Amino acid sequence: MTAHESNILEVNNLVMNYETKEGMVSAVQDVSFSLPRGHSLGLVGESGCGKTSVALTLIGLQANNAKVLGGEVLLDGDDLLELDKEQMRLRRWTDVSMVFQGAMNSWNPVYTVGEQIREAMDIHWDPKPSAAEARAKTEELFGLVGINADMIDRYPHEFSGGMKQRAVIAMALSCDPKLIIADEPTTALDVIVQEQILEELRKIQHDLGMSIIYISHDIAVIAEITDLMGVMYAGKLVEIGSTKDIFARPRHPYAWLILSSTPSVTGPRRQLAPLEGEPPNLLDPPSGCRVHPRCPFATEKCVNEEPPLVEVESGHSIACWNPEQVPVGLAVGSSE
Amino acid sequence: MSEQNGQIRVKVDGLRKLFPISKGLFRKSTDFVYAVDDVSFEIKAGESLGLVGESGCGKTTTGRMLVKLDDATDGEVHIRNAGTDEMIEVMSIQSKVDQKEFRKSVQMIFQDPYESMNPRRTIFDIVAEPLSVQGIGTTEEREQRVVDLLRLVGLTPPEPFLFRYPHELSGGQRQRIAIARALVMEPTFVVADEPTSMLDVSIRISIMRLMLELAEKLGVTYLYITHDLAVARYMCDKIAVMYLGKIVEMGPTESLLENPMHPYTRALLSAVPVPDPSYRRPQVEIEGGVARAINPPDQCRFLQRCPFAVDQCRNDPHPDLYERGGDHQVACHLVTSEGNWVGGERVELDLRS
Amino acid sequence: MVTKEQSPLEEAAHVELEPGAALPESLWKVRIKLFWAGLRRNWSLFKENKIGLMGLIVILLFALMAIAHPIMRSVGPWQDDDVYDPVIGYDAPIENFEIVPTAADVVDPNSQMDVMTAQLWCFGSLPGEICEIPLQPAPPGNGHILGTDPLGRDIASQLTFSTRSAFMLGLIAAVVTVGVATTVGSIAAFYGGWLDTFLMRLADLVLLLPLIPILIVLSGLWTINLPLLGILIGVLSGFGGTAIVLKSQALSIKVKPFNDAARVSGGSNTHLIFKHIIPNVLPLSFLYMMFTVTDAVSLEATLSFFGLLNIDMSWGIMLNTAQSQGYLRTGLEFWWLLIPAGLAVTLLAAGFFFVGRAMDEVINPRLRSR
Repeated sequence: MTAHESNILEVNNLVMNYETKEGMVSAVQDVSFSLPRGHSLGLVGESGCGKTSVALTLIGLQANNAKVLGGEVLLDGDDLLELDKEQMRLRRWTDVSMVFQGAMNSWNPVYTVGEQIREAMDIHWDPKPSAAEARAKTEELFGLVGINADMIDRYPHEFSGGMKQRAVIAMALSCDPKLIIADEPTTALDVIVQEQILEELRKIQHDLGMSIIYISHDIAVIAEITDLMGVMYAGKLVEIGSTKDIFARPRHPYAWLILSSTPSVTGPRRQLAPLEGEPPNLLDPPSGCRVHPRCPFATEKCVNEEPPLVEVESGHSIACWNPEQVPVGLAVGSSE
Repeated sequence: MSEQNGQIRVKVDGLRKLFPISKGLFRKSTDFVYAVDDVSFEIKAGESLGLVGESGCGKTTTGRMLVKLDDATDGEVHIRNAGTDEMIEVMSIQSKVDQKEFRKSVQMIFQDPYESMNPRRTIFDIVAEPLSVQGIGTTEEREQRVVDLLRLVGLTPPEPFLFRYPHELSGGQRQRIAIARALVMEPTFVVADEPTSMLDVSIRISIMRLMLELAEKLGVTYLYITHDLAVARYMCDKIAVMYLGKIVEMGPTESLLENPMHPYTRALLSAVPVPDPSYRRPQVEIEGGVARAINPPDQCRFLQRCPFAVDQCRNDPHPDLYERGGDHQVACHLVTSEGNWVGGERVELDLRS
Repeated sequence: MVTKEQSPLEEAAHVELEPGAALPESLWKVRIKLFWAGLRRNWSLFKENKIGLMGLIVILLFALMAIAHPIMRSVGPWQDDDVYDPVIGYDAPIENFEIVPTAADVVDPNSQMDVMTAQLWCFGSLPGEICEIPLQPAPPGNGHILGTDPLGRDIASQLTFSTRSAFMLGLIAAVVTVGVATTVGSIAAFYGGWLDTFLMRLADLVLLLPLIPILIVLSGLWTINLPLLGILIGVLSGFGGTAIVLKSQALSIKVKPFNDAARVSGGSNTHLIFKHIIPNVLPLSFLYMMFTVTDAVSLEATLSFFGLLNIDMSWGIMLNTAQSQGYLRTGLEFWWLLIPAGLAVTLLAAGFFFVGRAMDEVINPRLRSR
């Protein structure tokens, strides 16, 4: 993929492993994607697929035993992987910020929420904001995420779960970043609160023209709020394209299988088709295409060679040797 | 087994659970959390009921009472004894013998595949525990039974699994073992508390299908507790929606989804994420606000959040759950007994497209 | 369970097998194999901690010493009871001094002594007589590798003999502690309520007790020998701090769903406590056992040093002998009276402590370095 002016983020051939006592865990394997300015990209996959590892690498907060072995991460043209720790620290929050999974529980209970947001601004704004400036900005942010301004001086325990999460989003916005990464932002929340927060995020993205990366294991959430979508499995990006296109016609067997096994309250009642097997052990990943042990269309080539990510339509790429095998329409489970 | 269809397996009447809010060592509590408040339902053989709601609605507490992990403050639970085919009243079980009979008829599958097994016990011990605790069978017979069950839940060949430890297995495998453990005494009724919410999405369906197959093969009735309406739709014939300790709507799954009458059910349905980017979501008709059912007044529990509340809702006691035209039960003052909505204007909720 | 009609489950699942085909080995054999596999696994984890290994080596060396003593006392030159018995042996070279009237008259200090000094050793002696002074404590040499103590007994023999009593004391104290603390902690955690409150207040009380004064008083009431001391330490430790720690561990185990699962299976309270909670508390109990040994060894040394115990020989007694004969403040001149015993106490206590810390890393995965 060539560097476009309009891409806020380009990830090219990112490879990252974790060094553990048992060996090298191949967590991120040759992942490439781009995010045009003002768009939202969803990274979806199950546990161990590497989506959180990619996110942490983007923001430079990968674990101590994580080793980036190759690739580049271009944020607005600058390669973040080339930066040292201090440079990355300066970029964090001002250029790219992150809403972590379970972030609502990371509020320090002995300081007010306003103080904690102010702290983020103090650290990252240059020059430091005055009390009035910080206050004004926080009020603006709270308005954006739908929290009453008088909650600024309250303590975290006075916020409900949903409000805490919204406050986290406000904090992520406090330094006007170019890119926000949201890792499972609504997982621990009840469904009605979740919907409200997703609505807020959609609005923010629309109003501010924010570029956002969403990470989730829940494909329905990704369908709601992203325009672009990447499906990951065992460290590899297997399908990437616009959300609409992929849902309308998933072309990679794994994406097709996942969509066929997701229950929904809408539409006719379908027999869902289960996937065989379990997610692989990344210490010893399957040879060739990592999906092959669970793929109904696997051939010998799939066992031996890893398929590259290839564009099949404009903006829609998959990594598969036999995509033509994937039927149109979702799989239907057999009823016994 | 088919001649048993239609027979009532579980009958819950006016179940109530109050948790006292402690006022110190010697003072009696005057404040209670009404976790489960006057819940009644029936489950027939060959049926599965889904208990759906958000956190704090009382669904887990209800499930726990049904397996006698907690005692009810009030109400009765009748469950059919697997052996004698008579109904046992759960809360009034006194003797050890009755207790044993009960435990043989009712079992539970837990949510967390990691914490619901003793990490120091082998798989054989875990699955055979109900048998060994009740003194059923000789060691060989138990071994045989465990092997049969492991095969039944899809862990083949079963022998290598017998003497492994839980931490050596994946989440999906562990949940299969949890299912095996629940079925080892051939119960007629199993309470499943969110059994797939902690599993990877790619294996959820296989576990759910396994549960459906086993229900078919072994004639087991389920109470399926979940917060996910999509999952409940897949697993259950009937769904009961709970809010703050009360059932607000209950009916056959497709009927409830096609024509949800209670404002909360509608709000819930419009909030569920749908794996379809072209789905235009109707605006959720609900107000914010978290209510805790501490010493609640005898009013509709949903009052704080209902955008359609009228004076009757404020003045009258909490509406009864009764049938409104057909099999569909709703607890709302604004729904007539024929099932017509007489409240304010509502958005079209078309889930079939 | 062998019924005539097959239940739906049996129908669905049963595949006819010859008896025994499912499990070729009997259950208890399998359990033993699993136990060994578990031990091996824990050992490989334990090995990674260098300090723990050091501690283990120290303990093993002391164990060797303890075994060596009876062996050495039955073979070779160490057989001689009169000389090498740790309690009643006696061997001191005699040196003769000629008594002269005054200090000024002493020409050769190695063979002459004045009357005043001689009175200390040979009461009623007069100038011109020969005063025989046993040279005790003797420095290392003359067949005694570590010298002799003020009463003429072989230090090395005393040291190795005391190792046995140290281990025995440690073992008794540790076992009693583990037994009491695990039971108290598990019961308090499981039943809660007033039983819990009572046991925990009792533990607080035990913690508050000033240990040494109490033991001083007790030693006045009864003669405390080694086994009794072990039991006392075990009981005090078991009802005290260890019980509190184990109770909190039991509490964290009690809330795990597998207990609910056991109850739903039909398990009684006893079943839950003994088959589920206690087995998960025991690893921590063993851990605290190590620390109890540490405490017991040090405590015994202290108490013996003050002469409060009724024991024949221990490291503390060795130090007590040195102190009561006035050799404590002599610095390094009589080092063989102080250093071997003192070092032995410190090293053995430290050995168990390090092993305990290493075990902590095995048991508590969060503490591991990886």
